[in-house]
Amino acid sequence: MVTEVEVSDVTVTVDATGNAIVQDVGFTLGRGQVMGLVGESGSGKSTLALALLGFARKGTTITGGRVAVDGVDLLTLPEPELRRARGGRVAHVAQDPATALNPNLSLATQLTEGLPQPKREALSRVRKLLETVGLPADDAFLKRRPRQLSGGQQQRVAIAMAIAAGPRLIVLDEPTTGLDVSTQARVLDLVRELCRDHDMAAIYVSHDLAVVADVADHVTVMYGGQVVESGTDRDVLVRGAHPYTRALLAAVPSATRRHRLVPIPGRAPSVADEGRRGCVFAPRCDHALAKCRTTRPELVPAPSGTLARCLRVDEVAREPRVRPRSHQTRVAADGGREVFSVSGLNAGYGGRQILFDVSFGLVRGECLALVGESGSGKTTLSRCLVGLHEEQEGTLMFEGRPIPPEAGKRGKDTRREVQYVFQNPFGSLNPHRSVESSLLVPLRHYFGMDVREGRKRVGEALERVEISAKLASRRPAELSGGQRQRVAIARALVCEPKLLICDEVTSALDVSVQASVVELLRSLLGDGLSMIFVTHNLAVVRSIADGVVVLNRGRVVESGEAEPVLTAPSHPYTRELIEATLDVPDASGHAV
Amino acid sequence: MTRLATRTRVLKHGSPSGRGSVFPWLVRRLLFGVLVLFLVSVLVFFLTQALPGDVARIILGKDATAEQVALLRRQLGLDRPLVTQYWDWLTGVLTGRMGTSLQNGEPVADLVGPRILNSFTLGFVSMVLIVPLAVVLGVFSAHKRDSALDKTFVAVSSLFTALPAFVVGMLLIAFFATSVLGVLPGVSNIPPGDMPWWHPAKLVLPVASLTLLGVMYLGRLVRASFLDAMDSEYVQTAVLKGLSDRRILFGHALPNAVAASLPAAGLVAAITITGVVVVEEVYSYPGLGTAVVSAVNAHDLPVMQICILILATTYYLFNLLADVFAVMTRSR
Repeated sequence: MVTEVEVSDVTVTVDATGNAIVQDVGFTLGRGQVMGLVGESGSGKSTLALALLGFARKGTTITGGRVAVDGVDLLTLPEPELRRARGGRVAHVAQDPATALNPNLSLATQLTEGLPQPKREALSRVRKLLETVGLPADDAFLKRRPRQLSGGQQQRVAIAMAIAAGPRLIVLDEPTTGLDVSTQARVLDLVRELCRDHDMAAIYVSHDLAVVADVADHVTVMYGGQVVESGTDRDVLVRGAHPYTRALLAAVPSATRRHRLVPIPGRAPSVADEGRRGCVFAPRCDHALAKCRTTRPELVPAPSGTLARCLRVDEVAREPRVRPRSHQTRVAADGGREVFSVSGLNAGYGGRQILFDVSFGLVRGECLALVGESGSGKTTLSRCLVGLHEEQEGTLMFEGRPIPPEAGKRGKDTRREVQYVFQNPFGSLNPHRSVESSLLVPLRHYFGMDVREGRKRVGEALERVEISAKLASRRPAELSGGQRQRVAIARALVCEPKLLICDEVTSALDVSVQASVVELLRSLLGDGLSMIFVTHNLAVVRSIADGVVVLNRGRVVESGEAEPVLTAPSHPYTRELIEATLDVPDASGHAV
Repeated sequence: MTRLATRTRVLKHGSPSGRGSVFPWLVRRLLFGVLVLFLVSVLVFFLTQALPGDVARIILGKDATAEQVALLRRQLGLDRPLVTQYWDWLTGVLTGRMGTSLQNGEPVADLVGPRILNSFTLGFVSMVLIVPLAVVLGVFSAHKRDSALDKTFVAVSSLFTALPAFVVGMLLIAFFATSVLGVLPGVSNIPPGDMPWWHPAKLVLPVASLTLLGVMYLGRLVRASFLDAMDSEYVQTAVLKGLSDRRILFGHALPNAVAASLPAAGLVAAITITGVVVVEEVYSYPGLGTAVVSAVNAHDLPVMQICILILATTYYLFNLLADVFAVMTRSR
């Protein structure tokens, strides 16, 4: 193996405080190899990704280390040479191509600028590249602006742009996070192909263990700005020895097997939590001893064949990884009485029809997953159900009675009993209200409750979603993403709903936080609440749903009980969707 | 999701959702504009009519007898219902019969025509200076973010934005037209019949006042949108692509920043119109502003009404322009 990339002791610090966001990170990577860099938000993975190009965001500085690509240390290069090295030796692909591409420049301009060749030659090179990434290369396409492309096309353009100058290393920062599974599968194939054909090394940053398992030869796990474990993909993802790696694996839902998710207790460290002396994971670690809080561990070879930063790695590795308990689908408790049903629903948007003759029903206490890719109409559908969408016709039945399509025309009780939780907890809570005051609003509105009585209810609801009463006076900005989503769920719960519609409630959350929200929802189902869970994530569906409705281009293509639909899908679209869904390999060694 | 909701709302309230529908939107906006201007004309007419003082009495002077006043009132049509008077006035304005000034009996059109030219010259020259200067200053200040220069610009611009136009005018007079420097005329009285550009020296201070105010306001907006552009991910991508600073600045950040501040430029133009009224008065510059002020003082209703109507129309048109720019920026 020819070593192409040598990274050692890279440290990035915040100028204002001197705290390190990335601390002493090092690894090597051979020619043509792909390394997966795994971590949750705040782990420093994106900062590291940028540091590999000698770039630090405003307010941060790369204070030390070495990033050698093809034998040249980027961090010691003077500015003009560093500029040439960017693009030429090492290139970057950002997470969201919609914002990373300049909205006002044509693709031709963005693809050719920065190439050393004269424009005409550069253009013919760009045409070849576009063909390589599977895009049209004609003049009409080159004249387009980024917004005239789909998300997947944009990301291909971004990748073509990155490899235009023939770099030796390409750093991809969550390049498929915003994409549908089938698009993601194509982009991953592309990355693998490019690395093989161009003998180019790649670093693939992601929070998604399944994606990393699919694409990477090596995996490095980051936590709190440090590498906590690294090794080959199999060793890390199957036999991982670090408690954090193991906790992370236990929190990931599987697309093939229904099991309980195990959230990681506590909260990921932020840069502000400085002055720690011991292991950065110790506060959340099940294996932590007193020494873990005082002695800083080094990366040491673990019995698993990986390098792990843990004082107790031998003991931890000896313990078999506990397979999370599996969990059976619920049997409808009260004789399968339908709590909610939709029949013949057609809905449009601006005159264009989006939903075609959608029908399904939901039994009390059931969790029904609405599955679909972007553009399938699943969000429009959930908005129709809750009464936020006006252009709809069809019959909605709730508790055996037909209800009008507009929320405003529904009875107060119906509105109270059908509650909605939005995708983004950062936008769905009023930033100027404290948690308590946000929860008091529906209580006053629906029950006319005074503040004293309301407070009691708020306390109960917060307890139900496991939010400490201390947080009641906080504003959303002071809460983590997971906490906010719990508060949003609590706000729905105080209304004493019978049906909860959850629109992609976990997609903005980290894996470990997602696990805790999914488990919370599971326990609410146990209380007898019915739920419609809208998502594109089949692994989450597998882990929580009893029934599935698969939407494709506004039509229900398949529906039924979750287990048979996901195991033996009958519709080709469902089959494609399931085939494109990646999974973390389990101990027996096969990934599906 | 929330985006869906806003878009539905936007559609209903008449803003184009894509490029294809800009034209019908513009037509609707223009029709709406006609309604707004009609309401303005109603307001102008009835408000000026409601001013204390009887027109016939003012024309005839204090010594006129009640019979003389009543006769004149009948001749002028002042005894008819207000709505009829309004209708006559409106149709008159629209067909070019704007009546005569009560002050000197001159036809209003002859009186106001040259004033429009004077004011337009003042506003136009100022805008021509404001836009490029604001872009250069804003970009430069943003480029040197947090330097002493940048901080000074932000401080000075807040100060100027807070100062009323007449104070700025006075300060300039005090500095350049009195004992301190004394290099420029402090009074810009263009003789009747002359074109304003025959007297460039007299234009300097009024233009400078308006330009200062405009540049300080618009410059700050340009600075902010340029900072936004520089902090954007596409600029980060450009840096990571290894592009030169020049290319990043002029190829990536600047066009986006300018596009983002175009709507603001339309608003600045509208604000400049109000500035024109004040600044003209400070420098005794014979434009629409001074005409309004003297007409108000003399209770010269026909002149007052026309001038205010013209100012309001211009103000509305620039606001519309700002909206059109905003829509174009959004649809890009």
